[in-house]
Amino acid sequence: MATVLESVGRKALNRLDYVGSLNIQLWATLRAMGTALPFVGNRYRWRATVRQMLEIGVDALPMVGLMAICSGFILAMQGASELRRFGALHYVIELVAVGFTRELGPLLTAIAVSGRSGSAFAAEIGTMKVTEEIDSLRVMDLEPVEFLLAPKYLAAIIAVPSLSVISNFCGILAGGLFMFFSTHLGLMLYFHYVLTTIQLRDVIAGLLKSLVFATIIAHVGCLEGFRVRGGPDAVGRSTTTAVVRSTFLVIIADAVFTTIFYFTGKM
Amino acid sequence: MPIISIRDLVVEYEGRRVLDGLNLDIERGETMVLLGGSGSGKSTLLRHIIGLERPKSGSVSVKGIDITRCSRAETKTVRRSIGVAFQSAALFNSMSVAENVALLLREHTKLAPSIIDLMVWMKLAVVGLADFGKMLPQELSGGMKKRAAVARALALDPEILVLDEPSAGLDPIVAAELDELILLLKEALHMTVIVVTHELPSAFRIADRIAMLYQGAFSSVGTKDEVRASQNPRVRQFLDRIPASAATAQAVGAHLERYLQNQEAN
Repeated sequence: MATVLESVGRKALNRLDYVGSLNIQLWATLRAMGTALPFVGNRYRWRATVRQMLEIGVDALPMVGLMAICSGFILAMQGASELRRFGALHYVIELVAVGFTRELGPLLTAIAVSGRSGSAFAAEIGTMKVTEEIDSLRVMDLEPVEFLLAPKYLAAIIAVPSLSVISNFCGILAGGLFMFFSTHLGLMLYFHYVLTTIQLRDVIAGLLKSLVFATIIAHVGCLEGFRVRGGPDAVGRSTTTAVVRSTFLVIIADAVFTTIFYFTGKM
Repeated sequence: MPIISIRDLVVEYEGRRVLDGLNLDIERGETMVLLGGSGSGKSTLLRHIIGLERPKSGSVSVKGIDITRCSRAETKTVRRSIGVAFQSAALFNSMSVAENVALLLREHTKLAPSIIDLMVWMKLAVVGLADFGKMLPQELSGGMKKRAAVARALALDPEILVLDEPSAGLDPIVAAELDELILLLKEALHMTVIVVTHELPSAFRIADRIAMLYQGAFSSVGTKDEVRASQNPRVRQFLDRIPASAATAQAVGAHLERYLQNQEAN
């Protein structure tokens, strides 16, 4: 009995320790963030931020775009096969428009970015840890949080919402193409319907989510990197853990946010 | 006044005592070699001297500032007066050699880019890498990497230069070149140099004083000649290269025989 309690307690403490480390890292990064800003901060940090934005955002564009187009088609076709039975095919427009801006756009983007960049953060920082580069930064009086984390986090919270917007557009466009080919609804008319359907609230909710997702991906990735102990095999493990944990936390956070929006939306 | 003074330094990892009440003074301008076998605690001692880790108890003072319990601002001043070259060189792989050296100058000074370029070139020339500034660290050989790391450690003209295993993994010729470089730096720049090593020829070539570590405590501290003449069994064992637990042919044979007998019995 005692051993069961012990192991449960130890597991719980480990989880709490992890969440605590994430929080400490988040606050430390927020405090160091000023240096990464353009004009007011250090220009080398801003340069690093731009480079990161290119890696997180621009390089992921083809993949995220294609994923969104495919998902847009899937959503439209699945929706249409059911809605057609009720003669309510035009509801596909609402389904795709609202579904993407509120939910699928930010979520798909987050999953893609977590696989591409979350793992890259963990691998980069983990390798630097193994090769003593992190120690080297510290003895050179360059705080790793300011030097490595702040540019990555700033880049993530700019690039991920931007990618989400593009993902929304691609998904909705795919829905429009489906409607054009199945019902000959003109694309201009389709976009007109879409714009009357989407409310500002939906867009803001989606962007807010993707901001939170960006925070989770950047910080879980970097924390996994900093927790690397030992040799190159530990770096490999940390990249896997980074992707698994950040995807998991992204979906949990999504559930929490959707619940909040659902209940506040009714009032 | 010594530039670095270590008092009653105790370090424990998970209950295991790694350094056991060390006391050491390092004078300004001398070359101190920390000598010891694997697991003797010399790298741990080094990490405490450069303030990467905090000890369980005791103190490490650099230029009169106790780095085990000082403010952030004080840490800053201490860190800028110490240049460190790590064992694995720890050059930043995404930057060229020149950018590695320029990094500190760019970050911590307000010098014009042209002056920084000139200073970087000078540091690289000192270590004999003036023509290799544009190369990436992974394109350099082991010895060149070590020298580039020394150039980077010299970037801010520190008073103290710390080298972790400078000749580990290098062939004797390159290792000897590195020894000459250390001697040159000391003579030309009047630096305090701390070298961690387990290579005897290198240690006796460059040292003013040698501190020998064995199982977390100093077994001998003194000038080259004092250490060479020491009668301490641990020092003698290290200097005369006597194996601690020799695997004799008879012992191995007996092991094998016992193993085979067990196999037959089953």
